[in-house]
Amino acid sequence: MGLLARRNLFHDKVRFAVTLTGIVFALVLIIIQFGLFLGFTTTTSNNIDHSNADLWVVFHGVGYFDMGRNFSERKFYQVLSTPGVERAEKYMQAFARWKRPDGRVENVQVIGFHPGSGLGEPWNMVQGSVADLKQEDSVIVDELYREKLGVERIGDRIEIGDHRARVVGFTRGIRSFTTSPFIYAKFKNSLDYTNPESSEDSTAYILVKASAGITSQELQRRLRERLADVDIYTTAEFSRKTRFYWMFTTGAGLAVLTAALLGLVVGVAVVAQTIYAATMDHIREYGTLKAMGATNRYLYRVLIEQAVWSALLGYGLAMIVAHFIVQASEKGGAIILMPWSMSLGMLILAVVMCVAAALVSINKVTRIDPAMVFRG
Amino acid sequence: MREINRASAIRAEGLSKIYREGATELRALQEVDLEVRAGELTLLMGPSGSGKTTLLSILGCILRASEGNLEILGEDVSALREKELPRIRREAIGFVFQGFNLFPALTAAENVALALDVRGVRGGDARQQGEELLAEVGLAEKARSFPADLSGGQKQRVAIARALAGNPPILLADEPTAALDWTSGRTVIELLQRLAREQGRAVVMVTHDPRVLSFGDRIIHLEDGRIVREEAGASKAIASLAFLEGLPGQGSIQAVGL
Repeated sequence: MGLLARRNLFHDKVRFAVTLTGIVFALVLIIIQFGLFLGFTTTTSNNIDHSNADLWVVFHGVGYFDMGRNFSERKFYQVLSTPGVERAEKYMQAFARWKRPDGRVENVQVIGFHPGSGLGEPWNMVQGSVADLKQEDSVIVDELYREKLGVERIGDRIEIGDHRARVVGFTRGIRSFTTSPFIYAKFKNSLDYTNPESSEDSTAYILVKASAGITSQELQRRLRERLADVDIYTTAEFSRKTRFYWMFTTGAGLAVLTAALLGLVVGVAVVAQTIYAATMDHIREYGTLKAMGATNRYLYRVLIEQAVWSALLGYGLAMIVAHFIVQASEKGGAIILMPWSMSLGMLILAVVMCVAAALVSINKVTRIDPAMVFRG
Repeated sequence: MREINRASAIRAEGLSKIYREGATELRALQEVDLEVRAGELTLLMGPSGSGKTTLLSILGCILRASEGNLEILGEDVSALREKELPRIRREAIGFVFQGFNLFPALTAAENVALALDVRGVRGGDARQQGEELLAEVGLAEKARSFPADLSGGQKQRVAIARALAGNPPILLADEPTAALDWTSGRTVIELLQRLAREQGRAVVMVTHDPRVLSFGDRIIHLEDGRIVREEAGASKAIASLAFLEGLPGQGSIQAVGL
């Protein structure tokens, strides 16, 4: 039966190409949609996930990363004096106006942190280093936004919030979910760029690293007992809250999620139709097999083997296509992520979709009209 | 060679088939009594819509009769459950179709091997038996040819070789010569006749072709779902004629159905 399954698949090359195209199209569509969704959600919490902090202290009621609100740095010292805190750093996030060398203005999100602290630093440096930010009025931007921000190389000068600044480094792949790119600066400068009137004695966030031997949850409990008017989240909690906000509170997240689900529905429909049509093309042969005494189980096995072959070959091709698309997306505005778990999920989905579609058509075989077998 | 035994291979009593669609009822077969004997080539004839294919489907255990009893090789298949019928088809019956129904993606040898695979014969045994069956129908040299590369007559002979997989005592053929020129058709009918007479199989063949009448041992005529006439085939009639003509006092006797 294995021979029949494979030969039926490869015999009509045009039909086989159409079948594979349908499966590849469906899988790539699903991968792109879910990859976009995943890229989108990951992008919203990128700075939190790469902060290297165990806990985030935020102004009470702040529900997500991009709405940081300043509070007194007295809290910072309270945190530092809490047993179980290995170190803590002030951290800033606020919007500012970026004036390009050619005079055009863009909105940016300024991230302020203490270079060298190991907390809240940018990652994936491709030019310059985080330590260069120790120089006064220096910033690091992502290479994705060179054109948008009007900078090409290290040393380019711009203005942020009416302060002159100089580009000292570039990162790769740190996207902003909003239209405002992230700009990294040392904490003091970030205050100058975002709100010159604000006191240096304030901060939007406090990043906390727990001492060895104490869990994040335990330290979170201790800090909650000592600090009022702030919320204390583990990094995972704050990441989740931020993702949830963008995904489900704003229409944008739901739109991406809906597109992903629609991609799944369309993909399943395409595969189902493709496999169903391929099976029905051979319906007369299955009828003949049945007349020859093949049991339904035998027919199921032929159909399933054929469907699994289709799924595996379609999956392999889809992965190649998806790989190129994912690579191309790294240079674009929207990242498409395809972690190994998604690749595995796609393999399972491909097999399940193809087998299910084949089994739908087997009803036609098991309820065969004998006249069809005998018709000339 | 199978020992020739004129025992009853198929015995049908009161077979009826009623198709219902809404309030409409179509009686495709009506109280058909029939005995198919081993070692004989039985021809089923009748106009379109007379119930030939329905009868063949029921005899082949593909379709169940609405009423009546059917015995295949002494086993009452009317009483069997649906899921037991494939076993009867595997063990007792080989089918030959008007349109050949070969698998276009498989070679001649693989088509035969597939029928053996359905019966659980695989690997070297299947290859050897497949080659023997193709040799039996005179197509050993075409074992590696695909159906598209065979003539109509060769395709039908491959189909017969496939029908012989598992050595079934009964062969059911649905107009196997209809799509063939007479030279090819003659080869096929002679092959079926040989399988009946020399190997003792019960061969039932639906046909419209008057040229094959002389090959049949029995001819059964159907009209409107009923058997209206049954007669000895030409070969037997001719044999009878010769016998009768040898008797003293007999004049000219016309064999019926010729």
